Amino acid sequence: MSPAALLLLADGRFPAGGHAHSGGVEAAVAHKAVHDINSLEAFCRGRLHTTGLTTAGLAAAAAAGCDPLMLDDAADARTPVPALRAVARKLGRQMMRAARATFPSAELDRLAAERPRGAHQPIVQGIAARAAGLTPEDAACAAAYEAVGGPATAAVRLLSLDPLAASWLLARLSTEADAVAANAAGAAARVKTEGLDALPSASSPLLDITAEQHAAWTVRLFAS
Amino acid sequence: MHLDHPVTMPHRHTYSAEPLRADGSLRAFRVGLGGPVGSGKTASVAALCRTLRDRLSLAVVTNDIYTREDAEFLLREAVLPPERITAVETGACPHTAIRDDISANLEAVEHFDQTLDPLDLVLVESGGDNLTATFSKGLVDVQIFVIDVSSGDDIPRKGGPGITNADLLVVNKTDLAPHVGADLATMAADAERQRGALPVVFTSLTSDDGIREIADWITGHLTRWRAKAAA
Amino acid sequence: MSSGSRLAEPDTPLDPAVPAAGTEASCGHPDGVHATARIRATYNGRVTTLPQLRSDGPFHLRRMRTGGRAATVGIIGAMSAPLGGDRLALDITAEDRAELEVTTAAATLALRGPTTAPATYDVRLTAGEHACLRWLPQPLISAAGSNLRQTCTVNLAATSRLLLREEQILGRADEEPGHLVSRIRVHHAGRLLLDQHTAYGDPAPGWDGPSVLDGHRAVGQLLVVKPDLDVSRAPVLLREGIKDGCAVLAPLAGGPALLATAVAPASSALRELLDEALGHALATAGR
Repeated sequence: MSPAALLLLADGRFPAGGHAHSGGVEAAVAHKAVHDINSLEAFCRGRLHTTGLTTAGLAAAAAAGCDPLMLDDAADARTPVPALRAVARKLGRQMMRAARATFPSAELDRLAAERPRGAHQPIVQGIAARAAGLTPEDAACAAAYEAVGGPATAAVRLLSLDPLAASWLLARLSTEADAVAANAAGAAARVKTEGLDALPSASSPLLDITAEQHAAWTVRLFAS
Repeated sequence: MHLDHPVTMPHRHTYSAEPLRADGSLRAFRVGLGGPVGSGKTASVAALCRTLRDRLSLAVVTNDIYTREDAEFLLREAVLPPERITAVETGACPHTAIRDDISANLEAVEHFDQTLDPLDLVLVESGGDNLTATFSKGLVDVQIFVIDVSSGDDIPRKGGPGITNADLLVVNKTDLAPHVGADLATMAADAERQRGALPVVFTSLTSDDGIREIADWITGHLTRWRAKAAA
Repeated sequence: MSSGSRLAEPDTPLDPAVPAAGTEASCGHPDGVHATARIRATYNGRVTTLPQLRSDGPFHLRRMRTGGRAATVGIIGAMSAPLGGDRLALDITAEDRAELEVTTAAATLALRGPTTAPATYDVRLTAGEHACLRWLPQPLISAAGSNLRQTCTVNLAATSRLLLREEQILGRADEEPGHLVSRIRVHHAGRLLLDQHTAYGDPAPGWDGPSVLDGHRAVGQLLVVKPDLDVSRAPVLLREGIKDGCAVLAPLAGGPALLATAVAPASSALRELLDEALGHALATAGR
């Protein structure tokens, strides 16, 4: 693997649309559930172990070579609200564009043709990782890191939090993010023998509910 | 970035600004409109739509700070049917969406390209940001930077990427110059110093036909761009 | 409970989605209660009959008096369960054209018991063609110190109908909850419709934070699957804030199904939300 390729894929500046999404933190800020660094850390920890674990599993499985269309159905079944399915597919399209330009691959081209409206983003991310010569655990790591990096960056903008404190928060969560990625990669490795049920489906009721609330707002800064 | 399978590497595509679509047909011409808050970007877009909509098939993408404010304005003013106006969300960073990560804007313009046929022109309006915000060449074919006299006649002198490099600089609200003590001659001289041969238009959008010169500039570019793409 | 000598056992993995290597089949405790109750409903051309009604362990099954063609079964707790180390299962099948409703008489209380080993509680629901199955148990309460892994596995034929309600109360009044891990998987016409896994109570990481429960202690879901369900409509949001509880009712991707997800400070508010969601779901269905 190439560590630099992983840094590129996981970089918040990778032009795949992530900057316009708050990962639910804009809704949590509006509800005053996130208001400072400590509540942001609790938010990020919860997201890491729910959505983060699930997306990391999907990304790892895609990077391991599982059928992306079956993974896409598995992702749908793990995403019970339409707002988050729409976001996942929109970000999947944007990730696809960036990935095809950055890591050209026949597998990316094939998925783009088969899912013109976009596959779930972590699946595209996993295939991009594969195209970049990265491992399933690398892909899981990128997904897990993104699950906390996105909300942390968004909260810095929304609450004018100290960006240094937010960086420290991400550093504190890094061991847990690594563990989530390792779990996800382990699950992806078991798909061969156990089927897609082996993949995590960790979910959070509030992320689902507030994502639909947020989607119904007429005025918002972030797309999700 | 080392890849292990260079032999099977597919042809590297770019996925942004080529003039020809996958089927070989010509996509719509894309014009970016940027500039500081309150300089009249949305008013320019509205005026351009009214002036050009009878001649060209048009669509507009807005990049608002808050979701859909500018899009709502254009819808209220009914400058175009609703299916020709869309808003891109920018996560509190409008300049990122037009310059660093253009994927959401590309999605929006390509959606128009796919759903509106024929489509001649897409106007992409940036969120009111600051003097440093410019459009990526991966997103638009030409860009217009709109400033106004009431924000200070020293803006052209201060420069910045928008002032210096935009394909067209529009100095709006010239009718206010006497009231705010702005010296148009100084502004013109400063702009020329910053921009060299690149054009500058002084206008007042509230006057009759204040938009004509800008509309003509766009249609001229559209014609030349088409001729070049067809060649 | 049935046994007085429950031995300590090494902790089994907390998360069935990511079991640690080598410990996968070790849940349950040698001295815990192992019980599987079964209900099988068939349609005889006139009414639904119950050719199998097998009580076991804590599950005492009782056929309730009902009118019409449906059969209703009540589950009465015959002993305190689940306790740590128990392995409990409920197998409920509505065969083709049968119409079956199953309820529980009282809330199910997960308690610590003499061991900290996890208990398991597996509910399997199956509905055949044109069958109708309603699974409407009283809430599950996760008491302090308890450790329960719950699964709900649902298999639905393409033309079947399902109404499922699951409510979880985290802790009795003013106590911290035990550890409650649940996974629900629903297949419809052979296709995966829903797969969700939740983990609440220490040591589940992040469970009480603003992205998961934000201090709420009651969480539940209501699932309606119906072949003629109109799933094209927009999601329904119940309550604007999150402090006093809130819910969303929205269509799933893989079939004619609506899922309500709700959180609330306590059980009464949760039930209110789910009842309201049911009203919306049935209005959508046009009955």
